[in-house]
Amino acid sequence: MKINLNINGEKKTFLIENNEYLLDVLRRNNYKSVRRGCDNTSCGVCTVLFDGKPVPSCSLLAVRCKDHEITTVEGIEKEAEKLAKHFGDLGADQCGYCNPSMALTVYALKQENKNASLEEIKEYLVGNLCRCTGYISQHEAIKRYLGDES
Amino acid sequence: MKMEINNYFAPKKVEEAYELFIDNEANRFIAGGAWMKLSTKKVNDLISLDRLRLDYIKEENAFFEIGAMTSLRAIETNQQIKSYYSGILNQAVSKIMGVSVRNLATIGGSVMGKFAFSDLLGVLLVLDARLHFYKLGEISIQEFLAMKRPPRDLLVKIRIPKVSGKGYFKKVSKTHLDFSVINLAIFKGENIKIAVGSRPLAAEIASKASNFLSSQSSITDEIIENACDLVIEELKLSSNLRGSKEYRELLVRTYLKRGLGQVMNDEN
Repeated sequence: MKINLNINGEKKTFLIENNEYLLDVLRRNNYKSVRRGCDNTSCGVCTVLFDGKPVPSCSLLAVRCKDHEITTVEGIEKEAEKLAKHFGDLGADQCGYCNPSMALTVYALKQENKNASLEEIKEYLVGNLCRCTGYISQHEAIKRYLGDES
Repeated sequence: MKMEINNYFAPKKVEEAYELFIDNEANRFIAGGAWMKLSTKKVNDLISLDRLRLDYIKEENAFFEIGAMTSLRAIETNQQIKSYYSGILNQAVSKIMGVSVRNLATIGGSVMGKFAFSDLLGVLLVLDARLHFYKLGEISIQEFLAMKRPPRDLLVKIRIPKVSGKGYFKKVSKTHLDFSVINLAIFKGENIKIAVGSRPLAAEIASKASNFLSSQSSITDEIIENACDLVIEELKLSSNLRGSKEYRELLVRTYLKRGLGQVMNDEN
């Protein structure tokens, strides 16, 4: 079936199957920043924003996204650049595979609670795994980003 | 392997959703869909509940009413609910996977799935939650969980009585993202209720221990030991990949003692 999706503020039409997940549809249509990891909601690298809230696109049927706003990291470019600067300053970045999903999740956290404590940051990021950094530098970079009003 | 889905519908009315559902035994509802990948079923019509406006939390005089499509995250962050039951309902859902999954998963889907690993069901049991189905009407969560097969019906909302009391919830898991090795919920209102889940069977009320404790005028260490024995005796604990029967027994004893100590010693 054909489906209209709002992605990063643009209306797009895609041909999908009833049983296809959003992750598959996005990647097939070259939204490669949305990564495939565990494919079962555990790792968080497939995170997109669904009406502003982070969700695992590997477990969201694409057909359910009609009339909803989907945001990938390209849709929050300026905020992602700010976060990237803090990640770079603190060496919080290694392979980069989890970065787009991390940026989207942290951006959502900033909308909800820009004064989040370290514990609240950790809690919010439980579902976003990073296999390189060990998280400590990331948490510090995120703390700086949340306070970044530039 | 993906679920096979012949047709997809997203009706706007509960009645319409129900009529579509009962038309064929192979029709299914989809709520949040977070655990859909646990199923490889073939589905004739998949009926989404997204457009039924069942995503809400209302505070009434005697109860909280939660629409079946309310996300676990919305429950977790609801301040009115958090001010009741020592916050155990919020705590229980806050330990389920990460924020992104909790934005997707719904209370209705979590209940209807009767998932053995569920951290939510034990808390709903000790709080005497009432389930409201479109055709069946109102039944208790306890009656629902005792059914061998869930009713072919549409869960519309859940009501949780607003009662004062003290609650305790504990989830033991190997990592934040793993399912529970065991979970335990206690609520002391007029009476005491204890539920244990992920045994690895689904949550169940420990009736004998709950009645025994409720009948005591004061609680001593010996009485708590006896209550632990009763829980172990009446609820079947067994082994699976997450933990052995013996380990689960130790966990139940340890956290039951701590939990009872907490709900008995502090007054609201």
